[in-house]
Amino acid sequence: MREDIRQQSATRYSIGREGESGTVSGFISTFVFSTDHKVIAKQYLFTGIFWALAGSFISLIMRVQLGFPGMNLAWLQPILGNRISNGRLDPEFYLSMVTMHGTIMIFFVLTGAFIGTLGNLLIPLQIGAREMASGFINMLSYWVFFLSGAVLLYSFFLESGTASSGWTAYPPLSVLKEASQGSGAGMTCWMLSLILFILSTALTAINFISTIINMRTEGLSFKRLPLTIWAFLFTAILSLLSFPVLFAAMLLLFFDKTFGTSFYLSDIFIAGAPLPNSGGSPILYQHLFWFLGHPEVYIAIFPAFGIVSEVISTHARKPIFGYPAMVASIFTIMILSFIVWAHHMFVSGMNPFLGSVFSLTSFIIAVPSSIKVFNWIMTLWKGNIHFTPAMLFAIAFVSFFITGGLTGLFVANPAIDMQLHDTYFVVAHFHLVMGSAAFFGFLCGVYHWFPKMFGRMMNKTLGYLHFWLTFIGVYLIFFPMHFLGLTGLPRRYYSFTYFQTFDVYSDLNAFITLAAIVTFAAQFLFMYNFFRSIIAGEHAGQNPWQSNTLEWTTSVTPGEGNWEGALPRVYRWPYDYSVPGMEKDFIPQNISGHPSERKVVAKNES
Amino acid sequence: MSALVAVTILISIAAMSLYATFALRRYLRDGAHTHESAGRASRWFSDYQPFLLPVFMIVFLVCVIVSTFHYSGNFLPDPPSTPGSDVVSLFRVTAAITGAAFFLTQVLLFSFAFRFRKKTRTRATYLPENLKLEFAWTIIPLLAFLVLFLWGQKSWTRIVSAAPQNALEIEVVAEQFNWKVRYPGEDQKLGRSGFRFITDGNPMGLDESDASGKDDFVPAQMHIPKNRVVKLLLWSKDVIHSFYVPYFRTKMDAVPGMTTTLHFTATATTDEMRARLSDPDFNYEVACAELCGRMHFAMKLILVVDEPEQYEKWALQQETLATVK
Repeated sequence: MREDIRQQSATRYSIGREGESGTVSGFISTFVFSTDHKVIAKQYLFTGIFWALAGSFISLIMRVQLGFPGMNLAWLQPILGNRISNGRLDPEFYLSMVTMHGTIMIFFVLTGAFIGTLGNLLIPLQIGAREMASGFINMLSYWVFFLSGAVLLYSFFLESGTASSGWTAYPPLSVLKEASQGSGAGMTCWMLSLILFILSTALTAINFISTIINMRTEGLSFKRLPLTIWAFLFTAILSLLSFPVLFAAMLLLFFDKTFGTSFYLSDIFIAGAPLPNSGGSPILYQHLFWFLGHPEVYIAIFPAFGIVSEVISTHARKPIFGYPAMVASIFTIMILSFIVWAHHMFVSGMNPFLGSVFSLTSFIIAVPSSIKVFNWIMTLWKGNIHFTPAMLFAIAFVSFFITGGLTGLFVANPAIDMQLHDTYFVVAHFHLVMGSAAFFGFLCGVYHWFPKMFGRMMNKTLGYLHFWLTFIGVYLIFFPMHFLGLTGLPRRYYSFTYFQTFDVYSDLNAFITLAAIVTFAAQFLFMYNFFRSIIAGEHAGQNPWQSNTLEWTTSVTPGEGNWEGALPRVYRWPYDYSVPGMEKDFIPQNISGHPSERKVVAKNES
Repeated sequence: MSALVAVTILISIAAMSLYATFALRRYLRDGAHTHESAGRASRWFSDYQPFLLPVFMIVFLVCVIVSTFHYSGNFLPDPPSTPGSDVVSLFRVTAAITGAAFFLTQVLLFSFAFRFRKKTRTRATYLPENLKLEFAWTIIPLLAFLVLFLWGQKSWTRIVSAAPQNALEIEVVAEQFNWKVRYPGEDQKLGRSGFRFITDGNPMGLDESDASGKDDFVPAQMHIPKNRVVKLLLWSKDVIHSFYVPYFRTKMDAVPGMTTTLHFTATATTDEMRARLSDPDFNYEVACAELCGRMHFAMKLILVVDEPEQYEKWALQQETLATVK
């Protein structure tokens, strides 16, 4: 069966397509509605850059409000119109920025763009396939993703504003336009956008799973799979199983909002009148939402796990420490991530016994995460580390993952969570452990595989500058938020001056805002480096990092079909770095015939 | 302040564009493939990266320690309430364990990276695994986490245990963007209430046929007696809110369509806290911790903790709902 698929694709891609590229339809089929996984990866990347900039700019609007609440913003009135009144941001607008920042960053950037870019680029190249299982579905998933973004973008121009009930969109707030301005047309757009997004994610997931399972080249057994591929496989399984639950939740939410059903609504008296809804439960929505919502953070971080493992091993010139444990730990996290969701709901009014159960599972899921951290650190031990920008981002990823992961042990305990729930402590926790860490995994991947995408190298010096400004900046932004949280500061507050209790650290808030502005500005260094290197970077060699995986065995910029001749055959696992007795410190997977091969094969296949 | 922001933005943009121009000029001068000076600069930068890591590590860890001590002055003080005060020891144990793990792993990460930086003529050691070591760092965290879990359950079971019979029951009704509280009055019994009884004239949704509601009262401020268990019955009229008392380190959602409960005991009066914090303006404040709409940030209720006698006096002064009618 697999043999057939390989044969088929080989004949399909032996037909050259040069003849078409000059025409308009050729341009469209090559760059717009392309089915080539590498082109689709770039489309995801460019869309992702747009959303990442938009999402972080939105966070600056929030930060300016929090850091400098007295600042006169009347000069923004020409752009923002009635969202500014008396020189101050409108509180409703602040909340809609909170909602958009979360939605854009979590769904569009860390899930859609991250997985779409590096998953699409790497899966066929690292498993030795000519294309994804279905190029058409792949194309479709990008354009549905694009459409979902367009719908959300459209909601920015609505008179009533975007959705403004947080990225969690808890009903009744999110469905009653009497409760919040953003719960009118803005919320309809938000739900529509998410429904499209989930569709796109499902298409991507089935494509990833079928490609990885069916289209691995000869010799590439599961035991020889690079950790990136393992990570994308588990990500795809996780998202295929959890996103549909959100889809269901969204449909019911849509019914409640549009058709007057009562899935989540009951006993509501608002705007001077009782609503007829009866029998629903807002807690039900929370359960459905977090059934995706928690796996979602792992969907965002798994690809980073894989990428960082790959990059650390390559640049430390050492096999990844404990390969079986690395695979097993991602697998364990995937399974456990389905049974930790209610730790977001310790104070929601659910049965307290459930709190105990979910607390236990939340502590247990921290075990495989610690295994991963120790294994990454151990991979550095006795390595010969090349400090490329990608490697620095990988090390910083581990540092963020430690810092943010450890604070998870506070909030996993419901007794402590009662204090910290919905405070800035939680904001610090998840921005470090899944926000910044996943973002750094993404950047690490872009620096590392840029030569594969564009055939050129990125400027190292600019890369280092970008790294240090961002790394230090992220810590300066998020570490002080632990302190804010411990003074009791709640999240999603437009202003802290209304409460004596919360009005103690205006200096710290101002500091965080300045750090955020500088960190945001530093991203333009990356943008400059990125776009300049595409057109004028140094030409890359075939295997610039002396890496073992298959993507470096193609020509520098592979065309459709990836390999010009026959597909490479795999003889070994991808982590044969610094094998004793060898002249070079790496042995690509497609090289056979070294004595250690028998050892490795024997070990891996026994 | 706005000037400060503007200056920061301008300086950072200026610095970057300066650098960009410089890099571009150098690039244009040296051509695409033979930029000797760029090569030298980038080699210089590459060589110094590993040395920056330990420098970063030391500055970072010192900053973490110093800033934690510096800012801990304004952390919430030891909670003047039970079970809030139980949580303090749990919090400290968690902080000690995670703190140790934090310093250990960060130091290992950065110092290994520095120690094993690239050197010519050295080679990495081929070391794919060590099962004993991996077993150790599976079991040790597991045991530590189980200790934290069990310790946490001790507090949690106390927090969610049933309130004693003699607890003072207070109903809290949340709405955009107010907290309303209703006290049982002399008979110590709250009258029946619910969503279906709400009208314009009856915003708390009191069942007027229930006699035990006649002596209930609805004050503007919330008072509770010191050292007596207070049991709150929370519900919401519109969207989800969360009753959050930062100083007691506790919160519970108020949800439309169901009643949630929360009980605690205040162990210091407002006056005692004013003396303890040497802040004559101190007040316990109740905030909303679940996003509830436009004025979420301003949903405040003052909570006054009285000596029991003071509280009795205050309660007697309140007009009952029967007299208000």
